[in-house]
Amino acid sequence: MNRINELFASNGDRRILSIYFTAGYPALDSTLAIAETLEKAGADFLEIGFPYSDPVADGPVIQHSSEVALRNGMTLQRLFEQLSNLRKHVSIPVLLMGYVNPVLQYGVERFCQSCSDVGVDGVIVPDLPMYEYEELYRPVFETNGLSNIFLVTPQTSEARIRKIDELSNGFIYLLSSSATTGKNLSVSERTEAYFSRIQAMQLKNPVVIGFGISDRGTFLRATDYADGAIVGSAFVKLLGEADYMERIPEFIRQLKD
Amino acid sequence: MSEYQVNDKGYYGNFGGAYVPEMLYPNVEELQQQYLQIIQRSDFREEFDQLLRDYVGRPSPLYFAKRLSERYNANIFLKREDLNHTGAHKINNTIGQILLAERLGKKRIIAETGAGQHGVATATVCALKGLQCVVYMGAIDIERQAPNVARMKMMGAEVIAATSGSRTLKDATNEALRDWINNPVDTHYIIGSVVGPHPYPDMVARFQSVISAETRKQLLEKTGRETPDYALACVGGGSNAAGMFYHFLDEPSVSLVAVEAAGKGVHSGESAATTVLGREGVLHGSRSIVMQTDDGQVVEPYSISAGLDYPGIGPQHAWLHKTGRATYACITDDEAMRAGLLLTRLEGIIPAIESAHALAQLEKMVFKGGENVVVCLSGRGDKDLDNYMKYFGF
Ligand SMILES: Cc1ncc(COP(=O)(O)O)c(C=O)c1O
Repeated sequence: MNRINELFASNGDRRILSIYFTAGYPALDSTLAIAETLEKAGADFLEIGFPYSDPVADGPVIQHSSEVALRNGMTLQRLFEQLSNLRKHVSIPVLLMGYVNPVLQYGVERFCQSCSDVGVDGVIVPDLPMYEYEELYRPVFETNGLSNIFLVTPQTSEARIRKIDELSNGFIYLLSSSATTGKNLSVSERTEAYFSRIQAMQLKNPVVIGFGISDRGTFLRATDYADGAIVGSAFVKLLGEADYMERIPEFIRQLKD
Repeated sequence: MSEYQVNDKGYYGNFGGAYVPEMLYPNVEELQQQYLQIIQRSDFREEFDQLLRDYVGRPSPLYFAKRLSERYNANIFLKREDLNHTGAHKINNTIGQILLAERLGKKRIIAETGAGQHGVATATVCALKGLQCVVYMGAIDIERQAPNVARMKMMGAEVIAATSGSRTLKDATNEALRDWINNPVDTHYIIGSVVGPHPYPDMVARFQSVISAETRKQLLEKTGRETPDYALACVGGGSNAAGMFYHFLDEPSVSLVAVEAAGKGVHSGESAATTVLGREGVLHGSRSIVMQTDDGQVVEPYSISAGLDYPGIGPQHAWLHKTGRATYACITDDEAMRAGLLLTRLEGIIPAIESAHALAQLEKMVFKGGENVVVCLSGRGDKDLDNYMKYFGF
């Protein structure tokens, strides 16, 4: 059991809130301080994005944060250095999220090892194919105690969702719609039908909804159907403000209560 | 099956595959499961052949370039893709893909474009079929390829500027992929080269393979042999080269020469010579050779020719490079521009600057005399007149 499993196991019916932000944004060394502040403010777990030059699944806000982070000099190597005393400061689950090419260049095994060394609990790499994970990388993820998180969209077939559920060991990342990040969630009848369909599947893994969750309203609507929800672009937008550090507690409070 | 063709898992050796986020998986899976069935159906073949003949104007001539041949001491044949409707090889692929999109029931077409040739070819087939068309084009390319932007608009396409990153082909491709993620059901993405997730590299190569299929027949008539000694083509993503090489891959007597853009010099920091400067990695959904930093960030390429200004190559090319089946050369801006002018003066043909890269390679080859050499003249230079005028100060 890693921290992710423990969080969901001990959760009860609390609505879990996860926050995504890009490492190295707004400043190269802001990552750890933001993580610490988020935990104090009440976030339940964190997704730290490692930037990539060609983030095809991201909308303008996260694209911009990635560009700035790269210009600031963020690399995977740097990120792991910055996170080397992560567990002195942060006790909630932490996942790394990013695209496959930086991971391939760093080396998948070395990446998993580094994650485990600094106390990262899980990884979300949307463009890592399921069959590659299954055939090549699953053992190295597992020996390092890492949850590999898969995405599900409204178009994902039932058979594939079952397969994802079988391969997952943390939670399933349910996309509110097929979209790039940063679009607002509008819960239409169709979205509700989709959320309900997933709920009715009785998956063995917890389900967390992401993409388009930006405020208390969307957070509540999403968590009516799932164990938790993830806020990304709306938080990254806040990081673009000069006084973002002081405003983090208020941002989290507004979402949670 | 040929060791140089895609295997049943979608790979060429260790290159290829489908590295796409889940949002694109259903679209890509649909194509993977259906593309072969559809394009091998007789209704598809008949309409494809008929449109290539009556609309595109195929077969494109194989022209024996007499004065060029004298200069290089070899029999130089030009495969005249520049004479196709819309002025380049790109239309072979867009005709194929629009027929596929129709049969998949798609209502909306998106595309990326660099030089604008693929954008024009896509806008053209959308007009032909009455489908909605959105083309993403780097903001810089919109400036340097203005005539093609005008043609797309006249065809009724919406042209959207990609303003991120280097604002060229790579970024236009990112924007097209984002559009597809946001419109997963009704939209087909017509990729313009042999790049992208499987099955695109194979599908596009099949549509472009008409180039070498015709070349074989035409060579037989003209030389008494179906195969040349050399086949040359320029490589951006690599679709005209893939088409030119397709039916020669398993003929070891044919030397295949692919020509990349060296920009201002391979090691000048302003280049697009992927096989020299790149390493194995993933870009736009496939594993190939990619120009990138040690950290896996894609490097912004440069070439005077918008169509070659791409930091990767198709996975089949990566494999042909790795196995040594094809030779990868590169040509600078200056060499290409001179070769473009040379062809114009010797043969009265103004080539696209992309194609001029392939022609410039002739200058570096040594012939004994009597070799048969086919160069894929992938496109015409009308879109590049401004560039030529400025460069030569006409
Ligand atoms: C005339 C011409 N040749 C070549 C290319 C490069 O594409 P590819 O390498 O896919 O043939 C382009 C791309 O726009 C083009 O317009």
